[in-house]
Amino acid sequence: MFDLGKVNDRYLMIFFSIMVLAGPIILAPFGAGYPDLLQRFAIFGLFAIGFNILFGLTGYLSFGHAAFLGVGSYAAVWVFKLLTMNVIPALLLAVTVSGLFALAIGYVSLRRSGIYFSILTLAFAQMSYNLAYSVLTPITNGETGLQLTLEDPRILDAANDTGSLPSTNLFGLTMNSTAKFEILGMTFQFNVGFYFCALILILGFYLALRIFRSPFGLMLRAVKTNQTRMNYTGLNTRPYTLAAFVISGMYAGVAGGLMAITDPLAGAERMQWTASGEVVLMTILGGAGTLIGPVLGAGFIKYFENIFSKINDNVLHGWFAFLPDGLEDVVVGVLHFFVGKGWHLTLGIVFMLVVIFLPGGLIEGANRIIRRVLARKDKSNTTVSAPAE
Amino acid sequence: MSFLEIKGVNKRFGGLQALDDVNLNVEEGTIHAIIGPNGAGKSTLLNCFIGKLMPDSGTVTFDGQSLLGLKPWQINQAGVSRVFQTPEIFSDLSVLENVMIPCFARRDGMFRLNAVTPTETETDIREKAEQMLIDVRMEDKLHMQASSLSRGDKRRLEMAMCLSQDPKLLLLDEPTAGMARADTNNTIDLLAELQSKRQITKVIIEHDMHVVFSLAQRISVLAQGHVIVEDEPANIKGHPKVKEAYLGGAH
Repeated sequence: MFDLGKVNDRYLMIFFSIMVLAGPIILAPFGAGYPDLLQRFAIFGLFAIGFNILFGLTGYLSFGHAAFLGVGSYAAVWVFKLLTMNVIPALLLAVTVSGLFALAIGYVSLRRSGIYFSILTLAFAQMSYNLAYSVLTPITNGETGLQLTLEDPRILDAANDTGSLPSTNLFGLTMNSTAKFEILGMTFQFNVGFYFCALILILGFYLALRIFRSPFGLMLRAVKTNQTRMNYTGLNTRPYTLAAFVISGMYAGVAGGLMAITDPLAGAERMQWTASGEVVLMTILGGAGTLIGPVLGAGFIKYFENIFSKINDNVLHGWFAFLPDGLEDVVVGVLHFFVGKGWHLTLGIVFMLVVIFLPGGLIEGANRIIRRVLARKDKSNTTVSAPAE
Repeated sequence: MSFLEIKGVNKRFGGLQALDDVNLNVEEGTIHAIIGPNGAGKSTLLNCFIGKLMPDSGTVTFDGQSLLGLKPWQINQAGVSRVFQTPEIFSDLSVLENVMIPCFARRDGMFRLNAVTPTETETDIREKAEQMLIDVRMEDKLHMQASSLSRGDKRRLEMAMCLSQDPKLLLLDEPTAGMARADTNNTIDLLAELQSKRQITKVIIEHDMHVVFSLAQRISVLAQGHVIVEDEPANIKGHPKVKEAYLGGAH
């Protein structure tokens, strides 16, 4: 039977790469083909893939992964300020710093499991957020956020006498340059920053695939299933869970670094618990423990966030203008809570529906549809062949 | 010195003396059964030598090494495997994967990111696991999810997982608890067959007399925290002290 989880890995990899690289073309008809949103898809996709290595495989639910995202962002911006606007050193430092940070937090948090682990990670993340917001202002620039200025040293770059802020680049290729094509009345935008993020996403997906299929991945799944048996099999589970925690923290760091690369500033709100919660939602919504699920969930949430938060009362009035006046006001008044800033209400309802009716996430939904279609085909085949006998 | 030596072990829970100066010697290559009525302290004793409980006094020495104060995984690394009363298996994984994990877990306690050594590839380990499952006659269930197995098969799988580590000592905690008579007999046959293939020292804790007398070479009877008799099965059956303990003559 066709099953999204068991498709030959090579085809999965090729399919995934094509979908990502062709993103600007595929998503243009849906009004999502512009660089800013595409970059967000790739970055949050990467974040969710990394989170899934911890949560999907070992079952340890971290509520503090945004801390690593924020740390990665700060590290990258500091490289832009002090060293160079080239993105490679920024990304490397973001991974290193977030990895070390994850090692420290993981070492303490993984002494407990279950809800206590979640609470510990949440506490650490909130602590980081508050530190970044107040005490650590010299490093994080507090409320304003860390930004580039003209006075930054950037010791590796040539002197900047243009009078405007330099932009991030990959050996001279600036990240915000975009090639636009108009075909059949649609605009296709190919942005350097997006393609950089996309390549890292594909690389990250490949690594996750290898981890899932490796003996290490098997050990992680075993940790999720039965820790008692792991212990009585002569395996100390701590190094395995810690390795998974650090790896997923590094993914988050890369995602944070990419955020800074596409838009060179870093703020404390990136570390807030809502950001940590979002990646949990993405992973569960898409399908925890599956390869594609987290990316799908990230894309789903970011896409609908984009659409729903743009809808305001005027748009709603436009949609329901055909209704009688009194009724129109009631309908708009009710829907008002679900759009614009109230988008989280919609997300909450969707999340609830998915968790109740599709515990395996969107991936399970896709599998069910495919299975039903295949079953119907089988049925129609038998009804056709039956009279012939 | 015996292979497994328990000397003067005491354990108190509040006012209850669960183990009272227990001495036990298990010889290498034998099957040693510990029997006794409910509450005699059988499980407490077992928990004392697998790192779950710390005795108040006494020593537990295995193969010249003290087991007290070690973590469960360290005890396993020393060569002790355990079969639980309720099978502890990786129920979300396939049967084959269940056996592959103990094959990966090497006897040095090292954490390995790839778990594969230069001398043994993943394919070797897969083959080793498959062979083990053939030995316990489960070759037709390799790719089933472990949670969907029958209780008897779960026990069999757990046994395969323990045996694939080539343990020096195998602890079996009521291996036939809650089984139908047919399953019990299958388990006895399996254990007897495995014993004839590889002589692994086993300690069995059991309620079922039928199982004990068909397998054990030596039996210790535990009652109220004491070892009241330790002898060969033939001498245990009619022993007056054993009858007293089981039929409650003392009360």
